[in-house]
Amino acid sequence: MSIRAILGRLIGVIPTLLITWTFVFGAMRLVPGDPVLLMLQGTPISDVAMEAARAKLGVDRPIIVQYVSFLSNAARGDFGDSFRSRQPVTQLIAAEFPFTLQLALGGFVVGLLLGATLGIVAGVWPNGWIDTLCMTTALVGLSLPSFWIGMLLIQVFATGLGWVPVLGTGFDALILPSISLGLFLAGGLARLTRNAIIEVMGQDYIRTARAKGLTAWRVVGKHAMRNAVIPPLTLLGIQFALLIGGAVVTETVFARPGIGRLLVLAVLEKDFPVVQGVVVLTTTAYVLINVAIDIAYGIIDPRVQG
Amino acid sequence: MNAANLTRRPWFVSRLLGAPGAVAGAVVIVVILGLAVLAPYLAPYDWNATSQCRRLAPMTAEHWFGCDLFGRDIFSRVIYGARFSLAMGLSTVAISLLFGSLLGIVIAYAGGWTDRIGARVIDAMLCFPSIILAILIVAVLGVGLLNAALAVGISGIPRFARITRAAALPLVARDFVEAARSVGAGHGRIVLRHLLPNLAPILIVIATLDLGGAVLFTATLSFLGLGAQPPTPEWGAMLDAGREYVRYAPWTMIFPGLALFLTVMAVNLVGDRLSLILDPRQRDRS
Repeated sequence: MSIRAILGRLIGVIPTLLITWTFVFGAMRLVPGDPVLLMLQGTPISDVAMEAARAKLGVDRPIIVQYVSFLSNAARGDFGDSFRSRQPVTQLIAAEFPFTLQLALGGFVVGLLLGATLGIVAGVWPNGWIDTLCMTTALVGLSLPSFWIGMLLIQVFATGLGWVPVLGTGFDALILPSISLGLFLAGGLARLTRNAIIEVMGQDYIRTARAKGLTAWRVVGKHAMRNAVIPPLTLLGIQFALLIGGAVVTETVFARPGIGRLLVLAVLEKDFPVVQGVVVLTTTAYVLINVAIDIAYGIIDPRVQG
Repeated sequence: MNAANLTRRPWFVSRLLGAPGAVAGAVVIVVILGLAVLAPYLAPYDWNATSQCRRLAPMTAEHWFGCDLFGRDIFSRVIYGARFSLAMGLSTVAISLLFGSLLGIVIAYAGGWTDRIGARVIDAMLCFPSIILAILIVAVLGVGLLNAALAVGISGIPRFARITRAAALPLVARDFVEAARSVGAGHGRIVLRHLLPNLAPILIVIATLDLGGAVLFTATLSFLGLGAQPPTPEWGAMLDAGREYVRYAPWTMIFPGLALFLTVMAVNLVGDRLSLILDPRQRDRS
């Protein structure tokens, strides 16, 4: 991939971010009610103080000025202060982010191991009972409500057997949330991997490898796998979106700290600066990760041109 | 496979019922629909009547699924919950399908700058992780069952619009569109009478594939406290309410969750089979 193509991808990020940020800004202006009253949450206030608060929030200025200042603040990572804790939103998110990252990594590892295994097994022996079994398992993974499976896991392995703690933020306490998050991911990954393997197994070079007299495992392990993992891996970006969405639910079930929990609580408490900050930051992260993967893929695989 | 076969209904039904999974799924869906319609006759107790039994009482012959914190019969509540799951799933998919497909067709038909800008906006909107977008919309609309359904429906619009646009683009260039225009058909007529029917199979496929996820998604919002509120007997909300007492009374969460899982699984099994039959690219593989 040429420098020009890479620059093109990077510049393409700007309109995307502009559209998503504009949508969030617009959505937040549609919230009924005076933001100052929402911020005060029922505390009585004098008219003078009210005007001061309005000026501080910037809601007394024309909408276009508010919009421009929102964009420039967001670009600098400034989303104002939480209505509740009065702390800067960015600081709140930064404090919660490591927990979500741990959970997402844990869920990703579980999802990848389980999903790839199911997909490879199904893809190597397609259209038989093995395939049906693996794909039904994948569908179960996609259909299981992750909050339900999370509660069942807690009930059996934490409360019942006592193998892992129910609460906490240590490694032990990460196991069940990772499984619960990973199961959903595994379902989709298994399907993708299966299709990729079936496609690769039909290629000429696989037939050549077989004709050379290589064992089935060597063909799969050395030749098929390498090419089959690329399509599912390019969908890592989509996996990120699923992980973030899953984290919202998993953090709630397991009462873990994290930005998902932060977002849900902020919606329930009408803490709009926090809602705005979390939505903008997760979406921006998603866009940037996808571009990074796109570029990396272009560098690794010369067939992808710019 | 020839074209005449496609229009014969028994062929279609027999293909759909040819897979044991799809049959099981169809049976479960019929049962869920039956429960939803006949809930007042099938439920042994009032779904909202408290003190029907001891608080958090376990499963007995009188109360098959046990009782919740307020002494309500969980079996009756699970039956009434069937009214929400499929209805919420169908209405959210209907919102995504209606607005998404119209948007996709219109920008593909309009072409030029409209299409370029429209496609760009759709792609950008797809950058919101869908649950984050739905939560943002709930934040704006306010918490509640209908708002959650609306949010899930709206968050699906970009996905439907992108697929519809991609499928409509090659059609717009075809001769029959030009022919319709030359005999004086208006834009509205071309979009609704000529383009839409040609897109129907793919729209049905994506709608059915989306349905399971939509059921799960709305229940998830209720579980998070953003959708159905107590005492509504919605499965996600019931799971949320039972969360605090799980260790003393696991039945408060086992049965609503099982009902939700079976419904989503059934819809997914039928949806998968349906997409295999309707999607011409996949037809040979089955």
